[in-house]
Amino acid sequence: MTEPHTELLDAAEDAIADRLARLPLSTERSVTELVDEAVRRAEVEALVDVAWTVADTPIGPLVVAATPSGLVKVEFGDDEDAATDSLAREVSPRVMRMPARLDQVRRELDEYFGGRRHVFDLALDWRLARGFRLTTLHALVQDVPFGHTVSYKDLAVRAGNPKASRAVGSAMATNPLPIVVPCHRVLRTGGDVGNYGGGVEAKIWLLRHEGALLPEG
Amino acid sequence: MVSTLPPFQRLIDEHAADLHRFVVAMAGPHDGADAFQETMLAALRTYPTLRSDQNLRGWLFTIAHRKVIDHSRARGRAGAPAADPPERRHLDPDGPDDELWAAVAALPPKQRSAVVQRHVLDRPYDEIAAVLESSEDAARQNVRAGLRRLREALDPQEVSL
Repeated sequence: MTEPHTELLDAAEDAIADRLARLPLSTERSVTELVDEAVRRAEVEALVDVAWTVADTPIGPLVVAATPSGLVKVEFGDDEDAATDSLAREVSPRVMRMPARLDQVRRELDEYFGGRRHVFDLALDWRLARGFRLTTLHALVQDVPFGHTVSYKDLAVRAGNPKASRAVGSAMATNPLPIVVPCHRVLRTGGDVGNYGGGVEAKIWLLRHEGALLPEG
Repeated sequence: MVSTLPPFQRLIDEHAADLHRFVVAMAGPHDGADAFQETMLAALRTYPTLRSDQNLRGWLFTIAHRKVIDHSRARGRAGAPAADPPERRHLDPDGPDDELWAAVAALPPKQRSAVVQRHVLDRPYDEIAAVLESSEDAARQNVRAGLRRLREALDPQEVSL
C-alpha cells in the first residue's frame, strides 16, 4: 500500500484484467456437445447409475428412470427435480438425463397407450420395493393381466397372506413402477375404484382403456 | 447414512458453462475440451463417495484444476513458459488476444488458475482458495503474482521499476 508505484501498477494490471475478461472462450464443439459425449463415455465406463427422461402419455407426463438392470421408477407428473432428488437419495446420486437409454420404455408406453400392447416386455429393477410389498407386486404383475381387475383382498390371497389386505393397500400406494406394474387393476371389494397415485381420474382412464370399466354413459 | 447429494445432472446443469470457460482459459480451446470431459468423468467416478454436499462447485473446479495441471505435466510444460503454446494454432484469426493467450498459457498453473478464476470468471477469493486448496491469502497472492507476470510478459519495458 505504501509503495509509490502501486497505483501505476494497478492501472496497468486493471487493463490486463479487462483484456482477460474479454478472452474468447468458445471451443469447436459446444458445451452441450461436450457434455453429451462425456455422458456417453461415462455410460461405457458404467459411471451412470440412473438414467431418466420424461414420457408424455394421455394421462399426463411421467418421469421414467432406469438403472443398468432395468426400469426402476415411474413417477406421475413432470417434477423432475423432486423425482431425481429421490432417485439420488434412494438409488445413487449418479443420476443423468439420458432419453436414449429409455427409448424402449417410451416405445412400449406409447404402444400400451395406443392400445397396441397388453403386456410390457421390459427388464424391471425392483430395488425400490421390499418384503411383502415386493411379493404383492410380483403377484400382481404375474396374475392380473390387461383388462382384468382384482380386489385388495384377492390380491392378499394371491400374495400368500389372506389377512394382509391393508398391507396390500400400502404395497399399491408405494408401487415404484405404476402402469407397468398395474396397481390400477386393484379395486376395493365391491368394485369401488379406490385411490391412485396418479389421481382417481387417471385410474378410471386406464381401466376404461383396458375395457375393465365401462365407458361413461 | 442416507446420501443427500443432488443428482449429478443438476451439478452439470448448474456449472457446466462456467467449468468449460475455466478449463478453456486454463488449457486453451483444444486441451480445454479434453480436460472438460476428463473432469466430468473423474467427478462421476468419485461422486457417490463424497461425504458432504457442501461446496460441490469448489469440488468440481478442484478436479478441473488438477486435470489441467496433469495435462500440462504430461506435456512437460508445467510452469515452463511456452514460447509458442500449441493452443495458438486453434485460435480464431478474427481478433482474439493471441498475445494474452500465450502469456496466460505460460503462467505457472496455480497463478494461472487463480488469475482465470478471479478475472475471467469473476469469482470471490474464498471460492478461489477452496479450488486451489490454499488459504485466502495465498489465493490473493497467486492472483497478484499472476497479474504481475502477465504484465511483465505483455509490457516488458515498463517492468523495471
